[in-house]
Amino acid sequence: MSQTATLPASPDTFEDQAAPETKIRSYWQSVGYRLRHDKMTIFFGSIVILIVLAAIFAPLLAPFDPYKESIIGRLKPMGWRNHTLGTDELGRDMLTRLLYGGRVSLLMGIVPVIFATCVGGMLGVIAGFMGGRVNTGIMRTMDVFYAFPSVLLAVAISGAMGGGMLNGMLALTLVFIPPMCRVAETATTQVRSLDFIEAARATGAGTFIIVRHHVLGNVLGPVFIYASSLVSVSILLASGLSFLGLGVRPPTADWGLMLSTLRQSIYVVPVVCALPGLAIFVTSICFNLVSDGLRAAMDVRM
Amino acid sequence: MLDSQMEALTDMATASATVELDPRDRGGAQQPLLIVRDLLKHFPVKGTGGKSVQAVDGVSFEVQKGETLGIVGESGCGKSTLARLLLHLIRPDSGELVFDGDPVDAPRGITVSALRRQVQMVFQDSYSSLNPRMPVRDSVAFGPFVQDTPKLQAREIARDMLAKVGLNPDQFGPRYPHELSGGQKQRVNIARALATNPRMVILDEPVSALDKSVEAQVLNLLRALKRQFNLTYVFISHDLMVVRYISDRVLVMYLGRVVELGPSEKIFSAPQHPYTRALLASQPSMDPARRMEEPPITGDPPNPIDPPSGCRFRTRCSFAEAVCEASSPGLASIGGDTAHVAACHMLDRASGHSLATAGSA
Repeated sequence: MSQTATLPASPDTFEDQAAPETKIRSYWQSVGYRLRHDKMTIFFGSIVILIVLAAIFAPLLAPFDPYKESIIGRLKPMGWRNHTLGTDELGRDMLTRLLYGGRVSLLMGIVPVIFATCVGGMLGVIAGFMGGRVNTGIMRTMDVFYAFPSVLLAVAISGAMGGGMLNGMLALTLVFIPPMCRVAETATTQVRSLDFIEAARATGAGTFIIVRHHVLGNVLGPVFIYASSLVSVSILLASGLSFLGLGVRPPTADWGLMLSTLRQSIYVVPVVCALPGLAIFVTSICFNLVSDGLRAAMDVRM
Repeated sequence: MLDSQMEALTDMATASATVELDPRDRGGAQQPLLIVRDLLKHFPVKGTGGKSVQAVDGVSFEVQKGETLGIVGESGCGKSTLARLLLHLIRPDSGELVFDGDPVDAPRGITVSALRRQVQMVFQDSYSSLNPRMPVRDSVAFGPFVQDTPKLQAREIARDMLAKVGLNPDQFGPRYPHELSGGQKQRVNIARALATNPRMVILDEPVSALDKSVEAQVLNLLRALKRQFNLTYVFISHDLMVVRYISDRVLVMYLGRVVELGPSEKIFSAPQHPYTRALLASQPSMDPARRMEEPPITGDPPNPIDPPSGCRFRTRCSFAEAVCEASSPGLASIGGDTAHVAACHMLDRASGHSLATAGSA
């Protein structure tokens, strides 16, 4: 801990060089150090973790059965007969359904982004590093997908393939591949023209080794950050699909679907009906802020 | 400051100067380390109807073992393209490289990757030639690692090389390029180039981006390292004083062609080509009594897409005549001295130029 200021009896050839003021850390150590000092990110990160944990342990936390309906207990306000957050239009407990709905929504938010990052990132790096015709081929194909607004594209794909969670995730993955690919391609193209790639080639390194050691490290940063910001977009889009009846099917709990079915009752119990929307809002804003903090922490130049 | 360090290096250098030949030597001491024959690279330009930038247009020279060959010329004369051609970082359109007697990338010669094990390069921009997300010790270790040295051993080499270029490996090894100054980064680049134990190093404007005091330190370091490791340098620069300081022989380039080539002292004391003379005249003299009589060179170099016919310098040359437009002068030896050659019609009596002499100017 205390080996900071002076280097004991360093060879006199180096005496003109100032001793480092701070401890030398490895890359991940310094990322951790910066994260620990970023209170915003820690705060919103812990909310994200709480939301994820709540979704994972929904069966243990939920006070009621998510599918248990009640004719007399429909659309009750918060706190009615142990229903902390009220009940929905079929008398099911809102808190229970929000917890279970988080499972679907988070899954729809994260899984498509992971797949899109792998596929799109790989395509982008290939396009960026190979350049020329390969680049033109890949990027122009991506542009075709770009021509459609992302919501419309997701609706069209899952509409064509039919509803359901799997098809919804597939549709979202396809929607996210083109922007992911473009981010990776741009980052790769920028890196590729720099002299250190030439220097690596001058040592006789092959394409694969150069990509692995010199390109990926510089491309992963922007790609990772973009991916984490896509999670919130994905949750919103998934909710939108469910809202339109193209994502999960009732009676499965999902934030978007709940928002869709409860919107007719907005004049009866407005606060209860807004809860799924609030859940989506809080989750996506937390993901956005956390990804922002991660970007700052992972940049070695800060 | 750096003196103690420089002395240490110089001592080591004198000790190793007695080492005879590199064990990898194949051609013997008389065989030039690198022979370049008619190297040609034209970059096609879109929208000009098949025209191309004639970056390097038939360049031939030799690099002797253990010497420093300086290459000078204005911006855009093809110096950097030539450097990259020498390492096959850009494929030449035509021409031949012979490394220590072995043709490069030819059926009976050595492969490009074999060439790259013996030739390395230091780039001008010290920042962009280091990976910003890699600690500098890893950048230095990358070369040996790629050339089949085990990882731990490659790290050892990196530590060793960092120390040899005057950077404390414990302090500077784990740092990122943005945490180093320009001079320190260029030292790292030199360490990186030397880590694979090359026989020849191509230095593409290695000190142009540094300020004057650091420039001198790095130049002295390069000299010491050259003696210590028995290196051969190809030193590219636009700075005449730097080239004069470090080079044994100097090659002057103009618009992709060699205009003059000779021993450093000859080039600077008795330049033959009007371009070389103009180049030397264009630098301010330290001594107000020593005024240059040559007219200073004016204007920009012509467009390399459409270079002038015949002698490429004729559009800016005050001695240009009809013959200069009609035919391109070849490299002719000056006053029977085969080591000093220049490409000018005035040096060839048979050319028909009114001022032609046998090169005794």
